[in-house]
Amino acid sequence: MIFNTALAERLVYRGDFALGTLMRFLPIVTQIFLWQAIFGAIAADAKAGGSESDGGTEVTTIGGFGFRDMVAYYLLTMIARAFSSMPGLASGIARQIREGEIKRYLIQPLDLIGFLLLSRMAHKIAYYAIAIAPFGLVFFLCRDYFVAGWPPVHVMIAFIASLIMGFLIGFFLESAIGMIGFWFLEVTSLLFVFMLFSFFLSGHMFPLTLLPGWAGEVVQFLPFKYLAYFPAAIFLQKIPEDELPMEMAIQAAWLAFFIVICRVAYAKGLNRYSGYGG
Amino acid sequence: MSYGKVFLTFARNSLIRDMTFRTNFILDCVSSLGWTAMNVGFYLIVFQYTQTLTETSGDQPGWDRDRFFLFLATTWFINSLVQAFFMPNAEEFSELIRTGGLDFALLKPIDTQFLISFRRVSWSSLTNFFAGLIIAGVALYRLATDEGYVPSALSILLYIVYCGCGVAIMYSLMICLSATSVWLGRNQTLYNFWFYLTNFSRYPMEIYNVGWGAGLYGFFTFVVPVLVVVNVPARLIARPLSTDGFQSWSLVGWATMATVLSVVGSRWVFKRSLLSYRSASS
Repeated sequence: MIFNTALAERLVYRGDFALGTLMRFLPIVTQIFLWQAIFGAIAADAKAGGSESDGGTEVTTIGGFGFRDMVAYYLLTMIARAFSSMPGLASGIARQIREGEIKRYLIQPLDLIGFLLLSRMAHKIAYYAIAIAPFGLVFFLCRDYFVAGWPPVHVMIAFIASLIMGFLIGFFLESAIGMIGFWFLEVTSLLFVFMLFSFFLSGHMFPLTLLPGWAGEVVQFLPFKYLAYFPAAIFLQKIPEDELPMEMAIQAAWLAFFIVICRVAYAKGLNRYSGYGG
Repeated sequence: MSYGKVFLTFARNSLIRDMTFRTNFILDCVSSLGWTAMNVGFYLIVFQYTQTLTETSGDQPGWDRDRFFLFLATTWFINSLVQAFFMPNAEEFSELIRTGGLDFALLKPIDTQFLISFRRVSWSSLTNFFAGLIIAGVALYRLATDEGYVPSALSILLYIVYCGCGVAIMYSLMICLSATSVWLGRNQTLYNFWFYLTNFSRYPMEIYNVGWGAGLYGFFTFVVPVLVVVNVPARLIARPLSTDGFQSWSLVGWATMATVLSVVGSRWVFKRSLLSYRSASS
């Protein structure tokens, strides 16, 4: 039911939607040029310094990423973000709390978190059904950047699993933040700050391996990386295969952690809740 | 001059409005600073791996760390001014067209474009202007101590003038974009579109001038001149004037022309859009 509505909603403006999705890749165009310039400059430097490795942009790597890898990385984070981003989820929950709409879930035999999760899933599936065309087009045009080609089957399975867990982590993390609305009525600015952080720390801005020293270690430990960096790194096989099962287990642990946090926050929040509004 | 007085009143009203919701104002400032810090952090990381952002070509040295931070500061100056003075108004303009509220603006005995363009000032956006000042200050200090490079008075004067030109170009583009809502009925994507446009202007223009990027380079220099907005003033301040080749001066010339053309063009588009305006739901 929810799924059908979501799909119909998407299909109404399919042209506009496809165009909008394509437009989203525009920032990547500038990123490609920026990194091309950077790798070019590094290569030129190496040549001027008389070092042996003057193979141009192909050999130079930064944090384990060559130029083509870098572009492929940005494209893959687009996919990861398409799974893990939850536009309007936290602010929606906060609004429902503020306006008292949430008491609907208290009287009806409906679980708020379960209902929201189902409707998000429906929305996402409807989204992919349409978005697959522009995504496919862009990836087809950019196929040269994927030097390693398709990864082996078990890596592919890990990639898909990490995407799905990324979706769930994104969902429970955002819901938990929306629950803050039980304690503070206005959370919009807080959400904005959170979004900024997640943009930076999830690896959407640049591959997290570029971070130097302790900063890199701290960020690798945080859960944000599962929202963008981690799936992309799996696909590009930047994570050593013997560490892969462990990393996946850590991701699952984070997922469990956020499910618990979200549930506890909801239960505690309801105790505080006093049902403002009509 | 009465227009100046009217503008001061607008600015004062906006400030009072912002100060009414003080916590919100402070949080806005903090989040802008967060965004600035993230960008600075990103480029600091990048410059850990490379000396310059672009290759040295001919007499044009590449953008090294301190010079690039001057570039970044320039981006910040121009964008913060545009966001503080024009962004809220352009959004409101689209909304006025859609709801028919433009009728009231048309009735006022004052130039409509002036009224539409300056009504609100978003003071919190000016935080980034100060952040830009700090970035520029540090970069200039480093250049002075490391290389002994201090921009001449003429450079600074030209820099300020061309930052102004940059703001004017951005303003014109924005007015044109929001005026299109007269024809399109609704222009929700204004913000997105704006973001994508400015996204191109944020980097040194040389990076586009390779392979198929030359098309983009040409388009965003000559048709929609967003590339000259930041690049021209940043080049003026980051390098001594005399070593700049003929090419840079012709670029400066083009920036001047582009400013005049886009201001005149946006005025024309604005007038046209008012002619096509049919009031709505009043």
